[in-house]
Amino acid sequence: MTSSIESQVLQPYKYGFVTDIESDEVPAGLNEDVIRLISAKKREPAFMLEWRLKAYRHWITMKEPTWANVKYPPIDYQAIVYYAAPKQQKQLDNLQQVDPKLLETFEKLGIPLAEQKRLAGVAVDAVFDSVSVATTFKETLAQQGIIFCAFSEAVREHPELVERHLGSVVPYNDNYFAALNSAVFSDGSFAYIPKGVRCPLELSTYFRINAAASGQFERTLIVAEEGSYVSYLEGCSAPQRDANQLHAAVVELIALDDAQIKYSTVQNWYPGDEEGRGGIYNFVTKRGKCAGRNSKISWTQVETGSAITWKYPGCILQGDNSIGEFYSVAVTNNRQQADTGTKMIHLGKNTRSTIVSKGISAGRGQNTYRGQVKILKGATGARNYSQCDSMLIGDKCGAHTFPYIDVRNSTAIMEHEASTSKIGEDQIFYCRQRGLSAEDATSMIVNGFCKEVFRELPMEFAVEAQRLLGISLEGSVG
Amino acid sequence: MTRAAATAMLEVQDLHASVEGREILRGVDLAVKAGEVHAIMGPNGSGKSTLAQVLAGHPAYTVTAGSVRYQGKDLLDMDPEERAREGVFLAFQYPVAIRGITNAYFLRSALNAVRKHRGQPELDPLEFLDLLAEKLKAIDSDDGLMNRPVNDGFSGGEKKRNEILQMAVLEPKLAILDETDSGLDIDALRTVAGAVDKLRRPDNATVVVTHYQRILNYITPDFVHVLSAGRIVLSGGKELALELEARGYDWVRSEAAV
Repeated sequence: MTSSIESQVLQPYKYGFVTDIESDEVPAGLNEDVIRLISAKKREPAFMLEWRLKAYRHWITMKEPTWANVKYPPIDYQAIVYYAAPKQQKQLDNLQQVDPKLLETFEKLGIPLAEQKRLAGVAVDAVFDSVSVATTFKETLAQQGIIFCAFSEAVREHPELVERHLGSVVPYNDNYFAALNSAVFSDGSFAYIPKGVRCPLELSTYFRINAAASGQFERTLIVAEEGSYVSYLEGCSAPQRDANQLHAAVVELIALDDAQIKYSTVQNWYPGDEEGRGGIYNFVTKRGKCAGRNSKISWTQVETGSAITWKYPGCILQGDNSIGEFYSVAVTNNRQQADTGTKMIHLGKNTRSTIVSKGISAGRGQNTYRGQVKILKGATGARNYSQCDSMLIGDKCGAHTFPYIDVRNSTAIMEHEASTSKIGEDQIFYCRQRGLSAEDATSMIVNGFCKEVFRELPMEFAVEAQRLLGISLEGSVG
Repeated sequence: MTRAAATAMLEVQDLHASVEGREILRGVDLAVKAGEVHAIMGPNGSGKSTLAQVLAGHPAYTVTAGSVRYQGKDLLDMDPEERAREGVFLAFQYPVAIRGITNAYFLRSALNAVRKHRGQPELDPLEFLDLLAEKLKAIDSDDGLMNRPVNDGFSGGEKKRNEILQMAVLEPKLAILDETDSGLDIDALRTVAGAVDKLRRPDNATVVVTHYQRILNYITPDFVHVLSAGRIVLSGGKELALELEARGYDWVRSEAAV
């Protein structure tokens, strides 16, 4: 009858399998030739290559940031493979031509790509290593003028849209990892919602890293024109490997007048084993710009995987009356480290932002919330509400909170709440005395703690997130 | 305490238990049969709550000697959840809050864990609501607490009422009420204790742990035991409770010391 609340063994990562597929890779290492090669493989227009090279030339002058509350050995950027793609005979016209091995991989991950097995109301873009292998429901969406396709396809088919918006929210020189991404990004998703259109399906991208020494550097760009609405979901996983793999993505969102973008992530990259071997370094830059009046961008993230997470989805609230939201659950178990939070930059009048962050630490996990709320001079009537709650399971983990608040307009109203709680023996015992197992009790307590965030997720994702949370913490309560 | 031991639902023999190295129970003997109500009374620090927690299996307590048989099985060998599923219910003195989980969801999960153990089909939310309505009616309660998070922001009275409501739904064989009367005003006490009394059946048993006699006005005990310094030093009928109320505990202590 042991019942000390101690981290034990993590249940094996369920998505750790490797797909045996021939891969087209460029040699490891990074230089201008590699960038030219990537660009050529993707048959990109000249502006794209130039942008990449500009980013690369800037990147080599930069230093890797060290301010985050995470520890890892130096990354050898010359040992990484910057482009890996499953070998395919020719250009694909439809799903029937996708390598069955790839379809099977996504099936195993619970992402059916065959449209007859469609996920109710979800259009999926599946990204395998450096390339998008399939996008479902393209035609259905096209009927309403919505563009949803692989990023590399957008570069070829809609260069004017890409050129206009790419880098407008996250410039190529924004930070070290964004610059690296700008130089070598491989694929990702592109979505464009025309004026006045409410996207009838949830758009979704599923990212899968398969190749061993490769990094994944995807780029996502979503543009919501005036009065449009889109809800976008992002999922990810990777095989179980002993070496750490780098994932440095960039996501840019642009919402014009009265437009709304809801961006949800369930991040489940391989977290490494209980000793901290292997796992993904997830260094991601995500930012949305509420460019228009009354626009709204909402980030919801559930971060359960990765060895290290470094990620601050933020909003630039430029349009008057625009709204930014950030809802986050970050779980660290075993030796995982997360330094995550948000940035809300208020520029326009009467702009509002809401931040709800839930950090859960178990095992020897270290969980840091880092948030910045900035109210600039012209942002009269701005409001922010921040709530940061931490939950500790066991006594070897840590929770840290770094809220930065910078207010330059005296009309601003700021609220900040923070709490730290511990799943106590008494809480677990109470549940067990009612007949629930210790694991069900933990899962229930944790889910209750995260409720304010989960209710922001689309239905299918909420179920997935709850399940994932159960798995991530399995064994953390004895 | 050898009374009808063979047919007792609960049989505690020479139970010793300690917490953080301090011995609290020093040889408790107790036998409870189906259909009976036992009151365990005693001064502060005599070990009443410890006895309740040990019977429910709280991990902070270590049993150092003695045995507890429940329905013919070794109770001390079972995990807390197994005891609960086998029908042992503890109404907590300090019920614990669970944020973000509604009472209804919590109770349905608990009930389904118990039903599963008994080989009964689990109830879906609608079936559960039907059953809940029936149980609430039986104890003259309403569902005002059901959609609120478990014990979160509940008043003292609401927490105690909620414990009894859970008891009504889970239908335990052996209910242990740990100072359910503490912190209740007279009206709340009447409601809560009245509900417990309504749940009495020939096939279940109740152990009421209390400091005061007043709850026993509503739940008439068949036996009253006085616990002092970790041992039952005096047992009697319901009139013993009244005597304790009138004379306090000191005289029992001095008699026990003889």
